[in-house]
Amino acid sequence: MGESKLDLLQGTLDVMVLRTLEVMGPLHGYGIARRIEQVSGDEVLLNQGTIYASLVRLQQRGWTAGRWGTSDNNRKAKFYSITKAGQKQLAKDTVYWERLSAVVGRVLSLQGQGDEK
Amino acid sequence: MTHSFREALNRMRSFFRKDPLDRELDSEIASHLEMAVEENIARGLPVGEARRQALARFGGVQQARETHRETRGLPWLDVMMQDLSFTFRTMRRDRAFTVVAVLILALGIGANVAVFSVVNTILLRPLPFRDSQQLVRIVERNPAAGESSKTYSADATQDFQQQNHSFQSVSGYFAFTGPDNFKLIGHDQPVPLTGILVAEGFFQTLAVEPALGRLFKAEEFAKHAQPVVLLTYAAWKRQFGGDDSIVGRTVDLNNTSVTVTGVLPETFDFGAVFSPGAKVDLFTPYIMDDFRDDGNDLALIGRLKQGVTLAQAQREADQLIPQLYFSHKHPEYGKGYTGQVSELKEYVSGKLRRSLIVLWCAVGLILLIVCVNLSNLLLARAAARSKEFAMRTALGARRGRLVRQSLTESFVLAAAGAVAGLGLSYLVISYLAHQGSIALPLLSMVRVDGRALEWTVLVAVSAALLFGAAPGLRISDGNLQEVLKDSGHGTSSGRKHDRVRSTLVIAEIALACVLLVGAGLLLRSFLHVLNVDLGFEASGASAISVDYGDDGPAKRAAIWQEFVSRSSMIPGVEAAGISDNLPMSRNRSWGIAAKGQQKSNALDFVPVYVYIVSPGYLKAMGMRLLQGRDIAWEDLYNNRSVVIINETVARKVWPQQNPIGRTAVAGGADAEVIGVIADVRESSAEENAGAQMYLPSTKQFGPEGAYLVLRSKLPSSALAMPVMRTLRQINPGQPATEFKRVQALVDHTTSPRRFFVLLVGMFAGLGILLASLGIYGVISYSVTRQTQEIGIRMALGATQGRVQLGVIGKTLRLALIGITVGIFASVVVARLIASLLFQTAPTDPFAFAGMVILLGAVALLAGYLPARRASKIHPLVALRTQ
Repeated sequence: MGESKLDLLQGTLDVMVLRTLEVMGPLHGYGIARRIEQVSGDEVLLNQGTIYASLVRLQQRGWTAGRWGTSDNNRKAKFYSITKAGQKQLAKDTVYWERLSAVVGRVLSLQGQGDEK
Repeated sequence: MTHSFREALNRMRSFFRKDPLDRELDSEIASHLEMAVEENIARGLPVGEARRQALARFGGVQQARETHRETRGLPWLDVMMQDLSFTFRTMRRDRAFTVVAVLILALGIGANVAVFSVVNTILLRPLPFRDSQQLVRIVERNPAAGESSKTYSADATQDFQQQNHSFQSVSGYFAFTGPDNFKLIGHDQPVPLTGILVAEGFFQTLAVEPALGRLFKAEEFAKHAQPVVLLTYAAWKRQFGGDDSIVGRTVDLNNTSVTVTGVLPETFDFGAVFSPGAKVDLFTPYIMDDFRDDGNDLALIGRLKQGVTLAQAQREADQLIPQLYFSHKHPEYGKGYTGQVSELKEYVSGKLRRSLIVLWCAVGLILLIVCVNLSNLLLARAAARSKEFAMRTALGARRGRLVRQSLTESFVLAAAGAVAGLGLSYLVISYLAHQGSIALPLLSMVRVDGRALEWTVLVAVSAALLFGAAPGLRISDGNLQEVLKDSGHGTSSGRKHDRVRSTLVIAEIALACVLLVGAGLLLRSFLHVLNVDLGFEASGASAISVDYGDDGPAKRAAIWQEFVSRSSMIPGVEAAGISDNLPMSRNRSWGIAAKGQQKSNALDFVPVYVYIVSPGYLKAMGMRLLQGRDIAWEDLYNNRSVVIINETVARKVWPQQNPIGRTAVAGGADAEVIGVIADVRESSAEENAGAQMYLPSTKQFGPEGAYLVLRSKLPSSALAMPVMRTLRQINPGQPATEFKRVQALVDHTTSPRRFFVLLVGMFAGLGILLASLGIYGVISYSVTRQTQEIGIRMALGATQGRVQLGVIGKTLRLALIGITVGIFASVVVARLIASLLFQTAPTDPFAFAGMVILLGAVALLAGYLPARRASKIHPLVALRTQ
């Protein structure tokens, strides 16, 4: 398991969590995980447990806030919401991701000399 | 940036809130799973399957917990805490090992910190004065005869003060003060005190501010000024109970009422800088006009102007000082001073640099031996635990983790050793700082300070790395399968490992060798110093400073005779006499020349130490009269100018002639030579005797103070009471001066050498102890490992003697290699310390032979114990133990 791969995955997950919270408002861990799975059309097979490491990291950086509350079906759960600082960070990350994916996309769509023939 | 700071803070907080955070996460996970199960059931799955799928999607609860912990907390700290608690557990289990290791480390580190503190104070740290790099000492080049030629006359000093351009200020102090030259008269018996006369601006030059009151004013240095005194802090506390109101009051000193102008700060220790081992109680002004007719008596210090270098000051001094007259009143005495400007710091401690560096190296060697020894002990333990490590590797522990674990152990040991060592060095240093009898400058100021603490940390960390490296590496390169297969008690498997340990032991022996040879050479030098013919018999002689109102030569002769005759009658006293100076304490020099040969130029006089004495002094001191007669009381009463010279004077002034009966010009008067005595070492046991003369106390030759010297077989403690009673009968105002053994004066001059020999000797002893421990450890361990092999051999018919011989032979082989390497290293080291030796060659056969015998014997003993154990092995028992 390469370290750099993990880092990329971590970063990715963090952005997805932030964006989910921005769009959906306060959500608990399970809700966030389900939402990401749904949006990704089950293309990302997420170990739902890893979401909690991401959540505690975001919270420690001050990008999300967490509070215990009650879910729709009356269950106690910790609800996370995005903070101002988190929104700023998300904006930055979004720009970064867009640029990165554009570059990666361009590089991958390069036509090699051999391909032309 | 702020978010990483916040994160760091939060991580730290989380580290201390493990349990609540874990509980919170657990309930989060629980509700997560419940929601998942619920949703699955709603999708129509049976309960069991719903639960299984929920868990599968979650992906490992324990893993989620661990990543959560690692993300939110301080994982490295967690690992460290684990390592630490594991270390403490192993240390508790191996209590004997821990105690030995910490003890060894404490000795090594403690010795290092103590020596560092001494070196730091004496060599590295600047003197305890503001901008002390500007301070210099000005002395004659090539000082030929004691303090007198290191000093300048009042006139020369004043001229130099006025004419120089390099110095902010030049000042000095009276260099010929003996101890207890003042008596403080209060309600009780008079108290003897030591006071130094200082020239104007002395304290200002040093930038010493008074703790109370003020320094001397300019007008207090004028002739007939109101007498004033400054007290040292210690004297103020001791004599006046630290009473603030003493400032401005008058006290009775030598029957004169003197005003106390102030108290000097506690940090100012005159003796520590200018006169090692001396205790000074007070300072009075040196009034130039009172000393114009005297000779050279000021020791000069100066403070360089900002931006003026030592070389510039030296150039100016070279031009200026030779132009100074000895005396304005007597220009015919001429000029002829020279001036060497040296940094005060260099002057005070430069001579000790080499000795201290040697000491520092010796203590460094000790640390090295300690590290090698511990490395060895840890290796042995690592070997014993190799299976444990192999097992842990097999269970998934990474190598880095194991090395880290082993280094943690090293660091914990080193830390414990450092704490204990620091305590040890603190004890040693506070002991040393109160040893007034050791004539080392600045010793009283030695403290375990911040720098010493830093040094401790540095020493401990490097020690931990040094002794932890070998076992750490060994753990990391262990071959898992080999180790697990290896029964651990075979014969061949441990060979490679044994070789590492044997090499370490050889290194240890070689290092101990170097220390032993060094200590041996220094010890031999010290013994030679003790055996030097001093020219007098120090043992059996005691001296006491006597007080009498000096009312001119006639009355003085009578009272001196009373002192001498009455104290001779004290039971047990064999001889008595008086001198104003004692050998190896303060000295003073005048000039001597043969009558008719000398010109008016002062340079033709031979500088000569002067002693104003009474009849009987030579005998009481045990000096040897080679020719002629002693001074007689009639010489004193009749003001007869006679002189006794030593061999050196005889050789220099009347070469190849009989000096008896000739006339000398001594101390400005004509005097008949009546005797020649054997040379007396007047400065120290190590320096050759200079020219000396002994004059009767007469009108021409006035004494400065008086010491009554008694020779007796009784211990001085037994004599002190009756002597003091006799003195008080003659003069009720006799202060309670100390009845000192003359041997103590000699010991004082040899004390630096004694100090170094003692320390290096102790280090050598420690070195040999550690080396023997190392040998014992290795041999004993190899015997344990070979129990089976030895058992088989014995079963096959090897005798006990044969087995013993084998083990001892192995020991001696190690010792022999170590000693051979050590001898080569010692030869190099001995050459480096050659300048510290006294009448001892760096290749001194006794030191080398002694080292070989001592180390050989210790090695033999260290090998014999395991050998005996080996020979007691019972074949059956040995074969049965796996």
